[in-house]
Amino acid sequence: MLVGHQPKEFLLAVSGLTVSFDGFKAVNDLSFYVEENEIRVIIGPNGAGKTTVLDLICGKTRATSGSIQFRGQELTRLRENEIVQAGVGRKFQTPSVFEDLTVFENLEISFPRGRTVFGSLAFQRDDTVKQRVEEVAEMIFLKDKLNTYADQLSHGQKQWLEIGMLLIQDPDLLMLDEPVAGMSVSERAKTAELLNRIIKDRSVLVIEHDMKFVEDIAHKVTVLHQGQILSEGTMEHVKNDPKVIEVYLGH
Amino acid sequence: MIINSRFFNRSELLGFLALAVLLLLILPLSLDIFRLNLVAKYLTYAFVGIGLVLCWGYGGILSLGQGVFFGLGGYCMAMYLKLEASSVANTKIQSTPGIPDFMDWNQLTQIPLFWKPFHSFPVTVLAILLVPAFFALIIGAAMFKRRVGGVYFAIITQAIAAILTILIVGQQGYTGGINGITDLRTLHGWDIRTDHAKFILYFVEVVLLFGCIVAAQFIRLTKLGRILVAMREQEDRVRFSGYSVANFKIFAFCAAAVFAAIGGAMFTLEVGFMSPSFVGIVPSIEMVIYTAVGGRMSIFGAVWGALLVNFAKTSLSESFPQLWLFGLGALFIAVVLAFPNGLSGIWADRVQPRIDRLLASRKSKSAPGLVADGAPAE
Repeated sequence: MLVGHQPKEFLLAVSGLTVSFDGFKAVNDLSFYVEENEIRVIIGPNGAGKTTVLDLICGKTRATSGSIQFRGQELTRLRENEIVQAGVGRKFQTPSVFEDLTVFENLEISFPRGRTVFGSLAFQRDDTVKQRVEEVAEMIFLKDKLNTYADQLSHGQKQWLEIGMLLIQDPDLLMLDEPVAGMSVSERAKTAELLNRIIKDRSVLVIEHDMKFVEDIAHKVTVLHQGQILSEGTMEHVKNDPKVIEVYLGH
Repeated sequence: MIINSRFFNRSELLGFLALAVLLLLILPLSLDIFRLNLVAKYLTYAFVGIGLVLCWGYGGILSLGQGVFFGLGGYCMAMYLKLEASSVANTKIQSTPGIPDFMDWNQLTQIPLFWKPFHSFPVTVLAILLVPAFFALIIGAAMFKRRVGGVYFAIITQAIAAILTILIVGQQGYTGGINGITDLRTLHGWDIRTDHAKFILYFVEVVLLFGCIVAAQFIRLTKLGRILVAMREQEDRVRFSGYSVANFKIFAFCAAAVFAAIGGAMFTLEVGFMSPSFVGIVPSIEMVIYTAVGGRMSIFGAVWGALLVNFAKTSLSESFPQLWLFGLGALFIAVVLAFPNGLSGIWADRVQPRIDRLLASRKSKSAPGLVADGAPAE
């Protein structure tokens, strides 16, 4: 039974992952492991396959071959919503929130209860839900905007709202795709503070270009290049790796 | 019923009451039975419209094949009525008495198996609700699980409407063919052709319509209603919030099918026959137009749309039969281009604010200390 299982301490074990689009291998025989409560940052030049890796883990893109084990569950065989229910949350690069709904309703939809058709018909907005929504709204600096429609929010506020929607899902693995991109300096600082608070007690997989931000939060950095791992280790190690300097940091 | 301030907001409550007064008092008191029966016919399309508001307006799933479900509901009812009308005594001149006349003309000698359940009224009522729902479930599962959506889905529903029409026309002996199922007489022994029956049926229909309005409003206000809106905008975000988008689409499509089928069954009762001309592409598109004109985001708008467009259709096609279809097309284009939220959008954007201002200025007159903007509205 245990043959082929990864050691227990790995929350996420990606092995031999390959995806090819019309013969082009966007991700090529990629393997990496994320531990419980680890913060892993993926960096790499444009087109390195960073976003594709997140797409593969959350089920948006189907792998051509390879395996993604999450707590011993094979994610490549699950549908997107089942992967979410298994405990993987994903934030997209461009803020994707429901603009025709209020901040409260946006957060409420992400509350992990009543996710089936009939469950959602019977869903009641009880005190637990209200309390949790307010709690999260406070964390993401939107407490006084609960009844505002999301299309009235600024770009940064939409990013926070989406982070809040993930937070309310309470995933074990949180995947963030460039969470501070397109933000103003003050929003960036607030977001860093927010992320530092929410990454406790869970594993996080972040794609980010902001090196200062990466240095601040990363436990371990994976450098991708042309769909393959170029280097992996602490920020210090990666920064001094001549291969990395050659293709990425040196420019 | 659970009508309270939270179930309907103020303007929805007013809309509900206005509709109730119009349909239950003004129209029955002012129209003769012929015109009232016409209104009843128009209202059968309001059922379809309510379904389209949920499915298209909220869920963003445009179905151009609601005639299929309208027809399925209508045919289920017609089959029951036809069997009742085809008693041995009524059909003794046929070569095989006791079967529907068109079967006899097509050399059938016994009632086909799929007609047999329609001897029973309770089974018929169940079939009116379940057959279209089941059909929608199959279509929905086949399409939405494979992520077919948008224009492709609309085109496929069109094709299904065309296929069903061809099937009905082609299988004369089983369906009555192009003429449909005609010469319907009694419902459980009660003659539906008399003026009195038409009057009663009108009220039955209005009550059912209000039932459907309340049901649709209920769905709209649950979390499912909000998920439909969310799905329309950001399908992926809904998926990555842990929901199976396909299942929610299937539900919306099935709900719309059931509403349409109730309308279809009432149509058969009100008009006294059912034919493929209410199933195919043209009627299906007309149903979408009624909803678009009334406002695809408004349950009440859909009812008004069905009433007003059909009223215009009757009066215009009486005077200019050739021009009517052009008029309908022009109306649809105008609404889509200029008023994407239809009549209810115009009401909400233009009329409602004026009424509110009028009310506000009345209030400020009675309490001069609280003048909002000085000038009284009228």
